[in-house]
Amino acid sequence: MIEVRDLTKYFGARAAIRALNFDIRPGEVVGFVGLNGAGKTTTLKILGCVLLPSSGQVRIDGIEVTAEPHEVRRRIGFLPDVPPLYDEMTVGAYLTFAARLRGVTSRDAPARVQESEDKLALRDVHGELIGTLSYGFRQRVGVAQALVHRPRLLILDEPAAGLDPVQIVEMRNLIRRLRGEHTVLISSHFLAEISQTCDRLLVIQAGEIVAQGTEEEIAATLGTPGEIEVALRGPAATALEVARKVPGVLDAQIAHSSAQEIVLKIRAREDCRPEIARALVLAGHQLLRLDRGTSRLESIFIELTQRERLS
Amino acid sequence: MSAALLIARRELGSYLRTMSGYIIAAAVLLVDGILWNAFALGAQQDKHSAEVLSDFFYFSSGTTMIAAVFLSMRLVAEERQNGTLVLLASSPVRDREIILGKFFSALAFLAMVTLATAFMPALIMVNGKLSIGQVAAGYLGLLLLGSAALAIGTLGSTLARSQVLAAIISGAMLVGLIVIWLLASVSERPLNDVFLALALWGRHFPPFQAGVINLRDVAYYLLVTYFALFAATRVLEARRWQ
Repeated sequence: MIEVRDLTKYFGARAAIRALNFDIRPGEVVGFVGLNGAGKTTTLKILGCVLLPSSGQVRIDGIEVTAEPHEVRRRIGFLPDVPPLYDEMTVGAYLTFAARLRGVTSRDAPARVQESEDKLALRDVHGELIGTLSYGFRQRVGVAQALVHRPRLLILDEPAAGLDPVQIVEMRNLIRRLRGEHTVLISSHFLAEISQTCDRLLVIQAGEIVAQGTEEEIAATLGTPGEIEVALRGPAATALEVARKVPGVLDAQIAHSSAQEIVLKIRAREDCRPEIARALVLAGHQLLRLDRGTSRLESIFIELTQRERLS
Repeated sequence: MSAALLIARRELGSYLRTMSGYIIAAAVLLVDGILWNAFALGAQQDKHSAEVLSDFFYFSSGTTMIAAVFLSMRLVAEERQNGTLVLLASSPVRDREIILGKFFSALAFLAMVTLATAFMPALIMVNGKLSIGQVAAGYLGLLLLGSAALAIGTLGSTLARSQVLAAIISGAMLVGLIVIWLLASVSERPLNDVFLALALWGRHFPPFQAGVINLRDVAYYLLVTYFALFAATRVLEARRWQ
């Protein structure tokens, strides 16, 4: 779906991105993570045909973006970091305008607008002025304009920025629903969101891709330990001892202990949740809960960004 | 519907849905009305109808150019300020369609405002005779002058990062093109002919005031419009590199 080869963009003498290489397959949901100023937005703007690269090649659906930008633009939906909204328009009029701009016929436009409003739960504000909407609704309208013409590729730059926890969950569910219908490239600072919604990660640092692959693949490359959280009933000392003996486990600590339950935090080199569960149950403990901790991606991210800073 | 027409329709709707369009229209009508009363109706000595009409088009040309600067300053600069230019830039729309759509919306609005002043020349019929030919030529001149001023304003708006800066750049370009005829008086032929030919107002507008339509003047305003819009398109294309 996307082939990026040696993509470079200079602003004056400064290279915002340098020789980026990556591929995204059709139907994938890929997370693009990096610190502020790492080059995420520049890359997404080039993929969205808003910016032209200094050198390198970008092919979307086999079409070169610099040679045939119009054909590429028909295939993409782009949400920039600031949603491009006209405050004086109603939601319905704005989405119709966006659909018509992307080549949807006037006959099909009402159905497409309705479809995108349904996906984003915007039907109730169809006739409202965009300028009167809350931040969360504005963000949703921004996503709706990106998918109103049913693009094959959706590029979302920080779709969850500024949303409250409920809205973040809604956005996460939306991105999950988009899986299969669209190829999605999503940049975000919310690593937990990326971890839960994306098939694969691209980590960018100082304008260069420093890692790519699934969370497990990157962690395995770096040797970054994952975190597993276990809630159980039974003697704490034996639980610790059993957990520490499971192959792959680096360390185990008691995070919380009460009469009702004991919570263990286990650091493991690989995902060894089945082995831990089996060992604890065989040792006579009552297993209440077993989760993969959310801090693994954070560990990967910190490790990668610190490595680059040190180098 | 072409993308340029879609953009023009949205922009025209924006003028009509927001206060800025009404404020500019009201200001033009108010200033034209004051000048009409002060110079055309309130003059001490008797005037022929043709002179009154000529005076009306004389001061209307000034308000038209000023209105063009204020109408065009938002066209691209506002979109850049608000981040909405990305919607157009990421859609299958050519840069020239963006510029044309925006220009034609502003021209349509300026035409509506200009034609709304028609009641003033019509008042001449109370005490005099009205030459329909002079009225038609005068309004054609105003529209052509407004078109050229709007195109220059569109270029200014494309160059600037803010609306205020856009108004300053456009105003400076317009004033420069108007006062260029002064250089004609301090230069010799053939250079002074060039200055006179280039001046936005001095040689090209007065014939319209008098009810005379010269093909040379029509072509001049259309060429200024074309070159300014062409430059604006090029500037917008160049922005994709930045």
